[in-house]
Amino acid sequence: MAKKVLMKGNEALAEAAIRSGCRLFFGYPITPQTELSEYLAKNMPKVDGLCLQAESEIAAINMVLGAASTGARVFTSSSSPGISLKSEGISYIVGSDLPCVIINVQRGGPGLGGIQPAQQDYYQATKALGHGDMHFIVLAPAYVQEMATLVGEAFDLADIYRMPVMILADGALGQMMEPVDFEAKRQRVLPEKTWATTGHGGKRPHNIVNSLYINPDELERIILERYERYKEIEEKEVLFDTYMADDADILIVSYGITARIAKTAINMAREKGIKVGLFRPITLWPYPSKQLAEYADKVNAFLSLEMNMGQMTDDVKVATSCKKPVYHYGRTGGVIPTPDEVLEQIVKISEGGAK
Amino acid sequence: MVVFDKPKALTDIPFHYCPGCTHGIVHRLVAEVIDELNIEGDTIGIAPVGCSVFAYNYFGCDCIEAPHGRAPALATGVKRALPDKYVFTYQGDGDLAAIGTCETVHSSARGENITIIFINNCVYGMTGGQMAPTTLLGQVTTTSPYGRKKEIQGSPIRVCEMLSTLDGVAYAERVAVDCVKNVRAAKKAIKKAFTLQGEKKGLTIVEVLSTCPTNWGLSPEASLEWLRENSMKQYPLGVYKDVTAE
Repeated sequence: MAKKVLMKGNEALAEAAIRSGCRLFFGYPITPQTELSEYLAKNMPKVDGLCLQAESEIAAINMVLGAASTGARVFTSSSSPGISLKSEGISYIVGSDLPCVIINVQRGGPGLGGIQPAQQDYYQATKALGHGDMHFIVLAPAYVQEMATLVGEAFDLADIYRMPVMILADGALGQMMEPVDFEAKRQRVLPEKTWATTGHGGKRPHNIVNSLYINPDELERIILERYERYKEIEEKEVLFDTYMADDADILIVSYGITARIAKTAINMAREKGIKVGLFRPITLWPYPSKQLAEYADKVNAFLSLEMNMGQMTDDVKVATSCKKPVYHYGRTGGVIPTPDEVLEQIVKISEGGAK
Repeated sequence: MVVFDKPKALTDIPFHYCPGCTHGIVHRLVAEVIDELNIEGDTIGIAPVGCSVFAYNYFGCDCIEAPHGRAPALATGVKRALPDKYVFTYQGDGDLAAIGTCETVHSSARGENITIIFINNCVYGMTGGQMAPTTLLGQVTTTSPYGRKKEIQGSPIRVCEMLSTLDGVAYAERVAVDCVKNVRAAKKAIKKAFTLQGEKKGLTIVEVLSTCPTNWGLSPEASLEWLRENSMKQYPLGVYKDVTAE
């Protein structure tokens, strides 16, 4: 029988990284994810690994760039303002086709914002975390168990597709304790890292890790190649979950911690006889557009539920070709919506009174 | 009898540098040292943003191109992943002493076992002659057209002096490549820096006073004279730190 341990989300992320064979972490302290680096500071040396506190988020992500260039598994973690600082390095990592894992345990923004849980970095993570035509895989766990499982998946996806993979969590998931089973098996076949700058040893031509292409035709070719890879990821790697979605008249679309609030509200609404279901994207990029589109002819309305001002709403509208009304409900700035508030929205929509 | 040959650690790609620029000399010296220590296959070089951004094409070892100023952080990542390899950064003064000051200082403080080759030519070269943190007081650049004034732009930074106060730095020497004698001394310093890295003594840095005839608006020969008359007075040559001498 699998052995479960009770752990904080932040610690589960850290432990899962170690169990994924990662031995290098570079980070900088920031609330509400600091337990992650504290856990690694304690436990990395026990497996001959390294947890190095950098002088800044900028230095940390560039240490990741350097370590990733050698083909080593490496990751960093931060929270919203710190992720903004890493943005330059992330663009370079994408431009250099390097694998790594980046964790964002989101807090309220903009600016210094607050330290309470938020989902206000959806746009940043899925649309524009770095300059240039670029994407990377964004995974949104909703349970501590899923945080652990997705870390392993993230390292594999990063290695297979040579790109950063972000775990987009939030302060609530980071801080909450739940039982975790780390025994999950992964079956992925990982490619050899023939591109790594490890020292050529006189056995091959020199490898160059680089994002600079002065010739625009060459740069365009490289970007087009990368977009071919993006297409493959969109076809193969989409992840999502549903709850009572089959007979739903109203479909809540929600990820991360708010998807759990949605579930509670759905149960309450079902008791009132309102048929509500949940569609929970797990990959925020690639977005499960095709899968969500299948509900556009079945339901009467969508409710995009997030801890922000409606950043995912457009993705729901595009996925469903605006066939049905798409409502938004969310709290922002670190305020967590209650199931009662969500239920109120569900009732309003079912009565046709929602805006 | 061959009396002159290209170092093995340089590729066949022609340098793009302006006539009279001293990058070519310094590239060659680094490559000669790599050859003499026979470490090309165990070396990872890190190129900066600036005139030497294409250094990754010229050095035969594995290379990485860093974001502007971040080379020492990249080098930290590489070295921590591969502690037994040789890792060097090649950076200009804007890269190292302006946008990358934080990474430079903290890599030094941590005593990362890396070698920094620091090219100081008192100006931003690639972007066309703007003021650098190392631009001399009174020096005219495109962004200090009336000459750098202490009251407005502050004073230039002396990198070797500053870094030599940090315990993690094993070796810091300032050299020049303005004449044969100094070129030989520069090579000796670069070789010592790589050797001490191999012995895991800490961070080693060789600051090379260099010229920029294009942006200084001087002939190559007059640039060397200007370097001796001006750069060397603000930035005296010498060993600022050597843990093996203590």
